[in-house]
Amino acid sequence: MKHIVIIGGGIAGIETASALTDAGHWVTVIEKEAQVGGKLNNWSCLFPTFTPAEKIIGELQGKCRNKDFSILNKTEVRTIHRQKGKFSIATSNHQKLEADAIVVATGYELFDARRKEEYGYKIYDHVITSADLEELLKPGNDITVAEGKHPKRIAFVHCVGSRDEKSGNHYCSKVCCITGVKQAIELKKRLPEAEIFCFYMDLRMYGKHFEELYREAQEKYDIQFIRGRLSEASEKIDKSLLIKSEDTLSGRPLKMNVDLLVLLAGMEAGKGTAATAVICGIGCEESGFLKTTDSFLKSNFSEQEGIFLAGSCTAPMSVNDTILHARSAAMEVNLWLKNH
Amino acid sequence: MNKEGKIQVWQDYQKEIADDRYFYVRSCIRQNFFPGAEQTFLKILRSELGKDIYENPHHTTCSGIGYHSDIVPFDTIQTIVARQFALMTEAGYQNLAVSCITSFGIYNEIIETWKEHPAELEKVRNYLKSATGRKFEIPQNVAHAGDIIYKFRENIAARKKFSLINQQTGKPLKFVEHIGCHYSKMFPSKGVGGAEFPYVLVGMIESWGGEVIDYPERRHCCGFGFRQYLVMSNRGYSVSNSRKKFESMEPYKPDAIVSNCPGCPMFMDRWQYVIEEMEGKTYGENGQGIPVLTYEELAGLVLGYNPWDMGMQMHQTNVEPLLNKMGIPYNPDLKYATKEGRQIGKPTMVSCGC
Repeated sequence: MKHIVIIGGGIAGIETASALTDAGHWVTVIEKEAQVGGKLNNWSCLFPTFTPAEKIIGELQGKCRNKDFSILNKTEVRTIHRQKGKFSIATSNHQKLEADAIVVATGYELFDARRKEEYGYKIYDHVITSADLEELLKPGNDITVAEGKHPKRIAFVHCVGSRDEKSGNHYCSKVCCITGVKQAIELKKRLPEAEIFCFYMDLRMYGKHFEELYREAQEKYDIQFIRGRLSEASEKIDKSLLIKSEDTLSGRPLKMNVDLLVLLAGMEAGKGTAATAVICGIGCEESGFLKTTDSFLKSNFSEQEGIFLAGSCTAPMSVNDTILHARSAAMEVNLWLKNH
Repeated sequence: MNKEGKIQVWQDYQKEIADDRYFYVRSCIRQNFFPGAEQTFLKILRSELGKDIYENPHHTTCSGIGYHSDIVPFDTIQTIVARQFALMTEAGYQNLAVSCITSFGIYNEIIETWKEHPAELEKVRNYLKSATGRKFEIPQNVAHAGDIIYKFRENIAARKKFSLINQQTGKPLKFVEHIGCHYSKMFPSKGVGGAEFPYVLVGMIESWGGEVIDYPERRHCCGFGFRQYLVMSNRGYSVSNSRKKFESMEPYKPDAIVSNCPGCPMFMDRWQYVIEEMEGKTYGENGQGIPVLTYEELAGLVLGYNPWDMGMQMHQTNVEPLLNKMGIPYNPDLKYATKEGRQIGKPTMVSCGC
């Protein structure tokens, strides 16, 4: 029986583990956190269907329980050495593992919105990120601003840390546009009296049902989409926020007061993925995401034979795309092991 | 407002500021706007802090205003800057201390240009050599004069005669701090605290007992903006920019405004008078204006310098409300008197808040 070690127990890691176990392999997942599921644990519900994230987490946990693969929680990889066609892996908990193949599924990190200093995240009381809002949107949480009141006017800022030369991220994080649409609708459902504005550069509704949801946001929920980036946000004496932008379609500068400002934070490869790349001796793109040997036919292959890639450690991805990429990684590993 | 968040930003933007032996380059406009400010800076450095600061009487304007007005070509301003550096080199100094924010931006812009495009540096060396026979070294350290006061703010605090505390209430005085655009908006890493939440003036104010207010139009232009003021037909934009700031800061009841730029305090000071004349509106307490100070004047007040010796009678918005709150004694009869006590006459234009 071949042994495969998967680094990362998020959606990609667990899905790959599940598929490889089904294919008859012995699989060990190394996860740095106490629980599997990665960032998905932080989300309320998923676009475009408003599927509760808990449902997907439940499915993943079910696979962990019911399938015969092992998970080393609170564990990180320290070193990897290749010896006679096998990988020798040492962990932070002093375990020694031997593997025939490795799958890197270290996921992504959210862009630290503090780096966009002009928006005042972690300085102004009512500037939050899309991740913070997901927490607020979980059942039982009330969404309030100054003096415990419900926000009457809310703005979303798209592309925070994405497609932005200043923050050093030239790429599109892909999921923020539809996340903004989904969250705006959720807020409107919870706070029907609120006015909601989305400030965007382009709206990239690339996925199934995305465009329809965007249309619904405008027609059914009266969410306003303004093409323009914010230049700055400032806090007023009543803790509301003054935001400045330009409506580039009307060609006019725009100034607006809002009670809540939501920053749609993009994805970054993160330090964990960078460290794993060094340990594995594999390369990164200029964006920091892991380099695949061919973006068409070998999107799961790293530069090192026997080390495979799965999920958003290679590029920003939705939950859906991550699951598909993980399954394709499992197929590639399985095929490669048969030939080696 | 979460101050911890600001502290995090401030920690990301700390710069090296030379400790001693400065070559001082003056502003071409400050000596008219706030004539005692630069002299106060030199006095603080020499007399209070014991620093070696030298200025060569042959140094000139950096020509930045002409450059930003598209009158002075880039080659010309580079050569003028090179000449300033040549005077510094000849005097045996390596640390440039810059009075003016525009100049500070110019010096940094040109040094960065030379780093990115060494051919420009060689060209300018040839221009200067052929025009004047001079050679120059690039400064090892470029600091705005405000950076130097910031660096030694605790030394000044240790020698202070007056605090930025309201003597009637015992509470910290509330300050609006306004940073000149060319201080850190061009190169955030060259300003203490960066571009969005600069710390250079905040650090001084807090060290001397005051507190800073953050108001919505904090980052907005003071009203100088070269094209707004230098083009006479645009001056309405200038005053309306300043007005926007005053309207925004008014609810926070600031006790004073302090700036690190030549133009900003000038416009925020003078336009308060103009707005009072035009609209009958004042922004301070009891129908008074909000005093506007340079950081050197503020440091001078803290150190107990006579406000009239520092030229504060030149302000068009009266500074007396701040002097009263700080408990600084002053003789109103000597406001418009020479050092010998001869009255030179009160200005015919009445100041704001009178």
